[in-house]
Amino acid sequence: MWIANLPPFVVFFVFALFAPVLKGRLRALLLLAPVWGGLNLAMTAADSGGVTWQFTDLILDLYYVDRLSLLFGYLFHIAAFIALIYSLHVKDSVQQVSGLLYAGSALGAVFAGDMLTVFIFWELLAVTSAFLIWARRTPEAIRAANRYVVIQVLSGVLMLTGVVMLYQQTGTLRLAYIGLEGTAAWLIFIALGIKCAFPFFHTWLTDAYPLATPTGTLYLSAFTTKVAIYLLARTFPGEPLLIYIGAAMTCFPIFYAVIENDLRKVLAYSLINQLGFMVCGIGVGTALALNGAVAHAFNDVIFKGLLFMTMGAVLTRVGHVNGSDLGGLYKTMPRTTVFCLVGAASISAFPLFSGFVSKSMVMAALLEQDQLIVWLMLLFASAGVFHHAGIKIPFFAFFAHDSGLRPKEAPLNMQLAMAIGAILCIAIGVHPEWLYGLLPWQNDYSPYDMTHTLTQLQLLFFSALAFVWLNKQGLYPPELRSVNIDVEWFYRRLLPASGNRVVNTLVNARSAFRQNVRIIADQFARRSTPMPTGTVTILTRRMAWVFIALMLLVIGSLLL
Amino acid sequence: MEAYTVLLVVIPLISAPLTALIANRHVAWGLSLLVGAATFVIALMLLQDVITGRVIHYELGGWKPPWGIEYVIDALNALVAVIVTAFALLSVLFGRQSVEREVHDSQLHLFYAAFQLVLLGLLGMALTGDIFNLFVFLEISSLSSYALIAMGHKRQALVASFNYLIAGTLGATFFLLGIGFLYAASGTLNMADIASRFEQYDAMALVITALLFILIGLALKAAAFPLHSWLPDAYTQAPSMVTVFLASTSTKVAVYVLIRCLYHVFPQEYWSQLLLPSFLLLSGCLGMLYGSYKAIQQDSIKRLLAYSSVAQLGYMIVGIGLNNETGLTATVVHMFNHAITKGALFMAAGMVFYRMHTTSLHQLRGAGKTMPWTTGAFVIGGLSLIGVPGTAGFISKWYLLQAALENNNYLVVASLLIASIMAIMYVWKIIEALYFDGEEKLHLHQVPSGQDIVAAMPLATLCCYLLVAACIYFGLYTDLSLDAAKTAAQSLFAGGPAR
Repeated sequence: MWIANLPPFVVFFVFALFAPVLKGRLRALLLLAPVWGGLNLAMTAADSGGVTWQFTDLILDLYYVDRLSLLFGYLFHIAAFIALIYSLHVKDSVQQVSGLLYAGSALGAVFAGDMLTVFIFWELLAVTSAFLIWARRTPEAIRAANRYVVIQVLSGVLMLTGVVMLYQQTGTLRLAYIGLEGTAAWLIFIALGIKCAFPFFHTWLTDAYPLATPTGTLYLSAFTTKVAIYLLARTFPGEPLLIYIGAAMTCFPIFYAVIENDLRKVLAYSLINQLGFMVCGIGVGTALALNGAVAHAFNDVIFKGLLFMTMGAVLTRVGHVNGSDLGGLYKTMPRTTVFCLVGAASISAFPLFSGFVSKSMVMAALLEQDQLIVWLMLLFASAGVFHHAGIKIPFFAFFAHDSGLRPKEAPLNMQLAMAIGAILCIAIGVHPEWLYGLLPWQNDYSPYDMTHTLTQLQLLFFSALAFVWLNKQGLYPPELRSVNIDVEWFYRRLLPASGNRVVNTLVNARSAFRQNVRIIADQFARRSTPMPTGTVTILTRRMAWVFIALMLLVIGSLLL
Repeated sequence: MEAYTVLLVVIPLISAPLTALIANRHVAWGLSLLVGAATFVIALMLLQDVITGRVIHYELGGWKPPWGIEYVIDALNALVAVIVTAFALLSVLFGRQSVEREVHDSQLHLFYAAFQLVLLGLLGMALTGDIFNLFVFLEISSLSSYALIAMGHKRQALVASFNYLIAGTLGATFFLLGIGFLYAASGTLNMADIASRFEQYDAMALVITALLFILIGLALKAAAFPLHSWLPDAYTQAPSMVTVFLASTSTKVAVYVLIRCLYHVFPQEYWSQLLLPSFLLLSGCLGMLYGSYKAIQQDSIKRLLAYSSVAQLGYMIVGIGLNNETGLTATVVHMFNHAITKGALFMAAGMVFYRMHTTSLHQLRGAGKTMPWTTGAFVIGGLSLIGVPGTAGFISKWYLLQAALENNNYLVVASLLIASIMAIMYVWKIIEALYFDGEEKLHLHQVPSGQDIVAAMPLATLCCYLLVAACIYFGLYTDLSLDAAKTAAQSLFAGGPAR
């Protein structure tokens, strides 16, 4: 029944092979992948690991188990389980296959014991996830997927270069602490940073996630960025730069999220904001902060997944998720509304919900380190999260003005998946020790003390007050049908525009050059026999040029 | 074992005129198949014999080497021979149906005869240890491949073939002149002999001229960057089977000869002091970038793949130019891996053409639904072309990157990385068109009357998937390809095959 030393990704890859064959109700069999895989992992983790693969002259460590990788391993099994239930009704086998492969690649990366294995799964993550965006099959989604895949592969090649350089410097590929020193480390850092949506590298996320299929976004939100967080925690813990990057990541998305109309894009921004808390925690690097970072990653997958699921349900039933055109959906989608509220409460870190128990760890760790300014930035960000994710999402989707839409309640399997997510959110919030027991580092933190709970409640109520007041005064940015572009402007506007200009200049230069050449040639032609034409001449002329170049080379070589 | 060596050349030499004389298309195909199978088995046996580092010498007609012609087989050319024969076999299997549609019935037996002659020429180039003999085989293979390309179904095939003829003849002439100069300097045509007495005449200006003439001739045959212009047209217009065969073998053999000349005829210390390595690096890097850039712009799948070949040849040239053992390993292993990958992709393109009568991506939108297996081959082959881990292409990229970083050559690293990102763009372009664009109604007027647009090609699909499986197999188990490449690179760097 249980197989020790079976790398978890194998289970998913094997099931992915069968996915196209399973139709209708049989698709439920796919659920066996995360269930059996997760149980297998839980039963055999103690005496597993050290599975190797001889690859050229290197030995790859495919299955490296410690408490950190185990935590992410369990998390990804849960996420895959929820996502599979959520997508049971999907008939498009492209999505089923790529979803399973994608989850498997994430597991492969998390249990990798060396950098090359990490890179291999890093690339697979990029390729498999792109199909989840393509599968939407709208022109915008296809274009977004193309941009997405190019950026992801860019991250891959940077990582590959970094890994090769590191290998040549140190002679080992072991996945361990690297530290930000030297070109190799920087290359790896930037590669991780791209997938982790560092500021200025984040555009692929906000660009592509809102355009994926409803189920695709759920997968996407769970894996790519969390793998990057896991790797950051392994390779760059305690890197001070990460504190500031993290703080920036928590703050800047808020402004974009508040004015954004596409509610899934709002969630994408809030995903970056939550990642900021984790990056910050990794930057602090104490046991408490790292525990907080990974615990928050754990919770974020579940509550952000829950929110994406509710928006996916709305998207499935209504056909769009524009805040300006929604509202009043609570009448016909009551259960989805409740699940959305649970997710919103968790992401806003209400006491007794999961976000509270992990976010406070990062905040407490910052205070321990006397990082007051960063702490204040994170506090501001917490209030902002409540605004855009905690209030804006449920308010504009399910309440606000009645849009007259009367969609059906979400399909049963979607409801089931959302229920599981919601239950997990509350369970972890009420019994944080269940999660704390899994944390990799020594942990004696307790979230429910008087000051902490009160501070958080005050923060939440005052920001709720602010929202109500701003809304009543008409100062709150209204939901407008608009497309907001941030840093992507560089490559979606500036680059094509300047690229076109460069190309035009070159084309002009070339035609001018040709004209001049023609004039000169005409003059020659008048003096001598007419220029012969045709492919033969062109080729011969080309050869003659090459010959002259070669002779120059000969002379150069002889002289030097 | 040694005696079998010559069979590799003799079998097609006997069979080709037979094929032409019997003039029956079924016999022609059967004979080609037999030749392919027989030579493949022999080549495999040879490779098994030499993979450990042993070198086989075979004296043709019993004449002693410096005067007579000898065949020298080491790990490098045994690997090349295996590539050539394997693809001869596969493309004959693949071409059974498509050739009958693309080539006129009256020419079929001549087509197969010419095909066997190309095989003969390529094998001869791979095996011989005599540089003039090499030129003869080069001409045999070139002349017959012009004929093969000219048999393409469109009239443009004639122009493409003519262009190739001009370029190829120029290349061969350069090569011949180079040999002449070298002969004038050294007084011998045996490669080992030239190399062993090199110190006696290496100061002559004639020698460096000879080197450059030989180099330019081979670069033309290998379609290295500025001399690649014949390749896209030739590959696009040739019958599918010819494209498959030439794309996976002919340029590889030219690269092989280039390596052989640079390491076994001219000593490595001699040319590495010249500007030559940087020249090769420059040509390779520009080729990678230019080829990928042009590939992105193409609409015809065949043409796109042809330009990607130019880019991939850049990888091989860079591997030579880096001038270290890892780089050479990368080149040799990429010869093998790229042959598999491109073979699979061109086969898929050939099947698309056979069934849809077009290779224009524009008209193939949404074909993923009607031809799931063929388009699946495009996906996996494309991934290998990009160099995604787990496919054969990754092995070459990994070694090439290591070699570039060993020399701290960041320019090469950068162009390699940019080229792989561009590779993903052109591969994605195919995948996107096949799977995700709205479905295009096929234009029926493009299909000759009386032909079914969607006709099965079981044998061709089998061949294609054999190669696709090989793309993955050699990405995971590298014993065969990499061991041969490493043995070859080591012996090349040790300075010539042991006598």
